[in-house]
Amino acid sequence: MGTLGSLRGRAVAAVAAVGALTLLAGCGGSGDSATGGGKKDGKVTITMGMYGVMGIKETGLLEQYEKENPGVEIKAEVAGDEQTYYTALQTRLAAGKGLKDIQGIEIGRAKEITETQADKFADFSGVAGLDHFLPWKESQISTGDGKVLGLGTDIGPMAVCYRKDYFEQAGLPTDREKVAELWAGDWSKYVEVGRTFKKDFKGGRVSYMDAVSGLFNAMVYGYPEQYYDDKGELIYDKNPAVKEAWNLAADAAEDGLSAKLRQFQPGWDPGLANGTFATAVCPAWMLSHISEKAGAANKGKWDVAKAPKGANWGGSFLGVVEQSPVKEEAKKLVAWLTAPEQQTHIFTKIGNIPSSRTALESAAVKNARSAYFSDAPIGQIFGAAAKEIPDKQVLGRKDGTIKDTFSQGLSLIEQQGTARDKAWSTTTGRIEKAVR
Amino acid sequence: MATSTTNEPLGGTPSGPPSPADGAGTGRRLGALLHRLDVKGAPYAFVAPFFVIFAAFSFYPLVYTSWISLHDVELATLDVMKWVGFGNYVDLWGDSRFWNALRNTISIGVLSTVPQLMMALGLAHLLNYRMRASLFFRVASLVPYATSVAAAALVFTMIFERDFGMINWALGTVGVDPVSWEAEKWPAQTAISTMVIWRWTGYNALLYLAAMQAVPADRYEAAALDGASRWQQFTHVTIPGIRATIVFTIVLSTVGATQLFGEPLIFGQGPNGVTGGADNQYQTLGLLLYEEGWKNYQMGRSAAVAWAMFLLLVLAFAAQRVLARLRARQS
Repeated sequence: MGTLGSLRGRAVAAVAAVGALTLLAGCGGSGDSATGGGKKDGKVTITMGMYGVMGIKETGLLEQYEKENPGVEIKAEVAGDEQTYYTALQTRLAAGKGLKDIQGIEIGRAKEITETQADKFADFSGVAGLDHFLPWKESQISTGDGKVLGLGTDIGPMAVCYRKDYFEQAGLPTDREKVAELWAGDWSKYVEVGRTFKKDFKGGRVSYMDAVSGLFNAMVYGYPEQYYDDKGELIYDKNPAVKEAWNLAADAAEDGLSAKLRQFQPGWDPGLANGTFATAVCPAWMLSHISEKAGAANKGKWDVAKAPKGANWGGSFLGVVEQSPVKEEAKKLVAWLTAPEQQTHIFTKIGNIPSSRTALESAAVKNARSAYFSDAPIGQIFGAAAKEIPDKQVLGRKDGTIKDTFSQGLSLIEQQGTARDKAWSTTTGRIEKAVR
Repeated sequence: MATSTTNEPLGGTPSGPPSPADGAGTGRRLGALLHRLDVKGAPYAFVAPFFVIFAAFSFYPLVYTSWISLHDVELATLDVMKWVGFGNYVDLWGDSRFWNALRNTISIGVLSTVPQLMMALGLAHLLNYRMRASLFFRVASLVPYATSVAAAALVFTMIFERDFGMINWALGTVGVDPVSWEAEKWPAQTAISTMVIWRWTGYNALLYLAAMQAVPADRYEAAALDGASRWQQFTHVTIPGIRATIVFTIVLSTVGATQLFGEPLIFGQGPNGVTGGADNQYQTLGLLLYEEGWKNYQMGRSAAVAWAMFLLLVLAFAAQRVLARLRARQS
């Protein structure tokens, strides 16, 4: 009995030890390829990693490509939030594992990628037929020595979305041309309209705008230089454009013009659904979010008017990773997905504005209207706004982080009631720590 | 089981056929060796899996983290390391964010641990009574513990939402102005503590209950004979009887409170989650670690925060040991 017991004990111990070792060995992990893509029996598998609503998976383009190219299978994964997606992408680039053949790159990360990860992405510079993009779009994803790391999907020209019914109740004009005239040429006029709105609105607790950070972003992105100058030096604390935007946003916050929400966070969505604010500065890609979250009940209440000044907020690229076993096939797919026809298709389906000049000039884009936004001619409004975007836009490595920190600094004034000078010094102090 | 074999050689066959004398000698010696190995070695083999896994997933990261914390490293370029010695620790010492996070960790820790353990004690006392469906109540009290942190935190975040949350709605019906749960410091810390309390009270209650059931019934009888009331029985018999368990739960809660991370991260939503509010009003040490590593991408500084947390725990337990020894000497 005793002997048997100890024998069994030893067997258990051995099994356990072997098990533990197998577990360890398992961590090494060995797939067919580093990206999950590859060629097998004449079939090509391409993997993609994307975020948010880039419109590529959502509008059925991948199925169309698979149908037109028999033997190609595309596996796409879409993460909800770009911040989470990028953190994972950074980790995977560092480890050289877990990458997809094709990866989405947001504009705020473009500089960091071109400066630190250029050797991990395939070069598009030799590919023919890629001169249909807006002139500034492709330069943002190119390295100093002319390597092009990706192709552009959409851009983020801006307008102002507003609630017609609330404007009427505040005695303001509701026609989109007249509304645009109210603030034509100057963001401070937009804030001035807000003061009138606050004074005259008789309809309960409705704020003029959702958050002052939207206003801040819209103003800052209207200038060629934002947080970095063209030599790559940080100028966020001395750039007059930043300071001007900060002060106007602080004015709006101090006057109580905002609903004190945080854009893209869960509190924002019920705000849209219940209509707690009358305007939102909206880049083209935000329209699909508003119509989805505000819901069918608010259809026809929203409209879109031209913004005081042109600016670009957001937009993305698709890149192919260097270690992909199906690099050429993946590049071909990216070129197809970003071609004028496909960009037009995405625009007509969900409203992301093409980064392709050819697509922007096509009739399908120019004549597009949005039924949800009171039949607003969004093709014209955003097309015109796209032309106003500065031809040169200086990007910096930490643009995304700096933008987020400024948004938080403004919410110090907006929500905590901190004095603006103190909020400014807190914010610049935080950025200093984040970028050093 | 192994100890019961001490006077029977392993694999030995006393009733087997006789074998050449020298062969039997070697076999016997080998048997004895194997036997000794079995008795002395088996326990190590049994605990080995834990230590192998511990070495791979705890000890190695611990050492690697300490190595990283002495360098300037960015997440994107982990292979480019610049030696800075204790520079990261010196910076951390002079960083107001660190002290703010430490204060928040302590205040949220106190706000969540004290009511939690008190309530657990009360709950265990109630569960200890004879009652119908006691098994149901015991299982029910463990349900929060079995719920995922993320799911629970999301629901609580919705309940504590400023404009359309349930709590502000309830406050509104009795005429109280809506509270900005996320934006203000103490409301935010209270909300986070509520999540922790909800999750862990039942778990601690069951630990207490198990300990209470091990307290001999005759002590209660003796106390009752002496005329002790229910409350006096609770304070003079139950509490001393489960003292060891109480200390154990305090230790567990302290470790948990120091590492608090998921609840505030989800409560803040997005960028505010990472920084623990726009004003860092509920940023814990765990969140500071995350902000440095996964928002600023500075792995060296992030690792330094991790080690500071570890050292703090070591310090806390050293202090606790010293106090316990001092008290033991006094009595």
